[in-house]
Amino acid sequence: MANWGRISSRTIGNHIRKRTNQGFIGSTVDINPSSGSSSALNGGRSVSDQNRRYLNPLPWSRATLSWFQRFKSTVAAKQHDSFLSSDSDDDHLSLDFPGGKVSYTCDMNFISESSQARVPCYRVLDDDGELIKDCDFQQVSKEVAVKMYSKMVSLQIMDTIFYEAQRQGRISFYLTSAGEEAINIASAAALTEQDIILPQYREPGVLLWRGFTLQEFADQCFGNKADYGKGRQMPIHYGSKEHNFFTISSPIATQLPQAAGIAYSLKMDNKKACVVSYIGDGGTSEVSTLTISYFICLLQFAHGYPNCFLQGDFHAGLNFAAVMEAPVIFFCRNNGWAISTNVSEQFRSDGIVVKGRAYGIRSIRVDGNDALAVYTAVSAAREMAVNEQRPILIEALTYRVGHHSTSDDSTKYRQLDEIVYWKNARNPVNRFRNWVQSNGWWSEQEETQLRNSVRKQLLEAIQVAEKTEKPPLSDMFTDVYDYPPPNLEEQEKHLRETISRHPTDYSSDIPL
Amino acid sequence: MALRNIMGKRVGIGLMGSRALSTATCDVESGSAKSINLYSAINQALHVALETDPRAFVFGEDVSFGGVFRCTTGLADRFGKARVFNTPLCEQGIVGFGIGLAAMGNRAIAEIQFADYIYPAFDQIVNEAAKFRYRSGNQFNCGGLTIRAPYGAVGHGGHYHSQSPEAFFCHVPGIKVVIPRSPRQAKGLLLSCIRDPNPVVFFEPKWLYRLAVEEVPEHDYMLPLSEAEVIRQGSDITLVGWGAQLSIMEQACIEAEKDGISCELIDLKTLIPWDKETVEASVRKTGRVLISHEAPVTGGFGAEISASIVECCFLRLEAPVARVCGLDTPFPLVFEPFYMPTKNKILDAIKATVNY
Repeated sequence: MANWGRISSRTIGNHIRKRTNQGFIGSTVDINPSSGSSSALNGGRSVSDQNRRYLNPLPWSRATLSWFQRFKSTVAAKQHDSFLSSDSDDDHLSLDFPGGKVSYTCDMNFISESSQARVPCYRVLDDDGELIKDCDFQQVSKEVAVKMYSKMVSLQIMDTIFYEAQRQGRISFYLTSAGEEAINIASAAALTEQDIILPQYREPGVLLWRGFTLQEFADQCFGNKADYGKGRQMPIHYGSKEHNFFTISSPIATQLPQAAGIAYSLKMDNKKACVVSYIGDGGTSEVSTLTISYFICLLQFAHGYPNCFLQGDFHAGLNFAAVMEAPVIFFCRNNGWAISTNVSEQFRSDGIVVKGRAYGIRSIRVDGNDALAVYTAVSAAREMAVNEQRPILIEALTYRVGHHSTSDDSTKYRQLDEIVYWKNARNPVNRFRNWVQSNGWWSEQEETQLRNSVRKQLLEAIQVAEKTEKPPLSDMFTDVYDYPPPNLEEQEKHLRETISRHPTDYSSDIPL
Repeated sequence: MALRNIMGKRVGIGLMGSRALSTATCDVESGSAKSINLYSAINQALHVALETDPRAFVFGEDVSFGGVFRCTTGLADRFGKARVFNTPLCEQGIVGFGIGLAAMGNRAIAEIQFADYIYPAFDQIVNEAAKFRYRSGNQFNCGGLTIRAPYGAVGHGGHYHSQSPEAFFCHVPGIKVVIPRSPRQAKGLLLSCIRDPNPVVFFEPKWLYRLAVEEVPEHDYMLPLSEAEVIRQGSDITLVGWGAQLSIMEQACIEAEKDGISCELIDLKTLIPWDKETVEASVRKTGRVLISHEAPVTGGFGAEISASIVECCFLRLEAPVARVCGLDTPFPLVFEPFYMPTKNKILDAIKATVNY
């Protein structure tokens, strides 16, 4: 970018000292030696007093400094030459460049744009919910399995009822996670409460798992005074400090580099926790200016939604997490559609999983409609992220059964029978239910009871939320900064005068 | 009314405070001070910040070896690579990462190598950092984030090493924009920005990195945000500016005085939220105002100041609000001297305003 010299004498020095197998100009400063997390945290923390020269004017002019750096690099080159000549085996086949040694070849071959076969997809249950023979998976207890299943059902019902509420004009907007219940719940179940979630927007199941109540969901959708967001954002933009779930914002993928920063903080504090950032479906609705930035640490990349991972923030997030060796799980929900754009119009790669390697990130592709597979993959990813202090990429293949949102009618761009097929034959909730039932852990009676109970609670929650007062007018002006500055105080005063002159311009449900 | 002398101490309206120049020596009572340049002052502030808060981090492109302007010299050696580190070349990543770090209660001091390159991070700054607290209902905030970037003309920078993009950011509720005029100001303001519980964009006048030399106290001190400073008292016309432009304006003031025009010069320091009160009080005294900035005149922050002053002080004004600014072109290379709001352009405008 800038036309300034970029020679870094420090990295040259480091590499000479370490005698690693790297180029003499050296790659970026290795702040976290790969020997493990403990040394990463302890290394480089020593405070030395010797460099108090910052207080004095520098003794060198710019020209002198450049010369000094050039001198150093020549020294490095000479020393490096002697390293090379002492190498035994294949120095005649290797080239040394910044970034390391590479072997060379006289055959000119382009790496193919794709592998022979697509990356296989990890699954544990077949389409009927039966365990596939000899599968690796993490066993779940009856308690966990029943909780997972119940939450998947609750999510389904919540989606149905809130969607209907929007259709009835009671809330202004909604979007469902239909078809992605296994991703939502199973991924959440594999984490601890200390793991920090940066959602995109199609992961309310993670909040549901953690104990966010139906009333709390309803309050945010109605934007009443009980909404933790104080009525400032559109429905479904949940956030909960208590549950370590960062507030949803609309711009796509903006949460990804933030996830890297949050994870770096966890790393610095030596916490045994990770960040899960979801990216999915991407999503800028055509109608609204809702660009959903799913910060969710579990990047649920919707396969269909190219925006999320084609956004620079996807690149920024993964690259930073890899370089900083930050414990982030990037969970991508590849659900086939980005609003109306099918994955075939999104990218030419084999989905998202292959992009991990481009960043030096370990990756896996998993059947997103298989709750056990998702659970197992996230558990394993979490362990690696926390214990090895590294990012992991999970691509969960799934299907977005619902429309993109209440502003969308997906029958306009895809076949109805395709939707029906996925809704019925490839339903993740039914599939998991079969497995749970086959263990003797669930019955038809409990099913009916659960569905009725959740439905009843939801309808009540909506009634209560609808009747609850909206936040007061003053909440429009607070939290822009920690304290309102003079211009906002003046604007509030002026606004109140306007309201008193023209009260009928304003609905009476906002308390003044 | 908030008249202040160069030391930032309030003075009474009636007192004829000395017309201290912006590079005046420091007050004796503030302890020992050393004559240093701007990048050294910023370097000191960063050392203090990292020293006083173990959860402070400095990161950005090339900061580890000291930075392309030497502002981060010595930090990595002293505080270690875990706290002072290079990032990949990716501004949206730098700011996004910084937001995440700040959201966890850390002080994230991010460097953007040139303000000209801040735009990839614009989404993160506007849509994320600025709204982080508000949209979450104050459950979360990224107040610990400070973004530093060198801005402004440097004599030979052309399109991409000279820009003054402050106006874009002044249109964003939720962040603060701060611009120091000198080494002593820079150290105190930067420490305030770092410690302020709101995300701040801090533009450093690169022209002054080496050129401006001033006595700077060696201790830890802070200068208040959102408080403008009258750095030269006068009675005929109020001049408002920030950053490197102030020294040009000061020269114009000195020359105008030879023609019997008494100029009052105000350093805005914080552009948002800006100290309307101080500027208004001055305009009420003089009845004339001139704003000058390097950034292009159309849509520049001078327009906001002008509109606000006209709103509050229309009947007091003796002349239209004058703006002497950069032209509406990309920042040119060989034409830089023609583009810039020079001392003589300002002087001409002072006279025209006074003689209106």
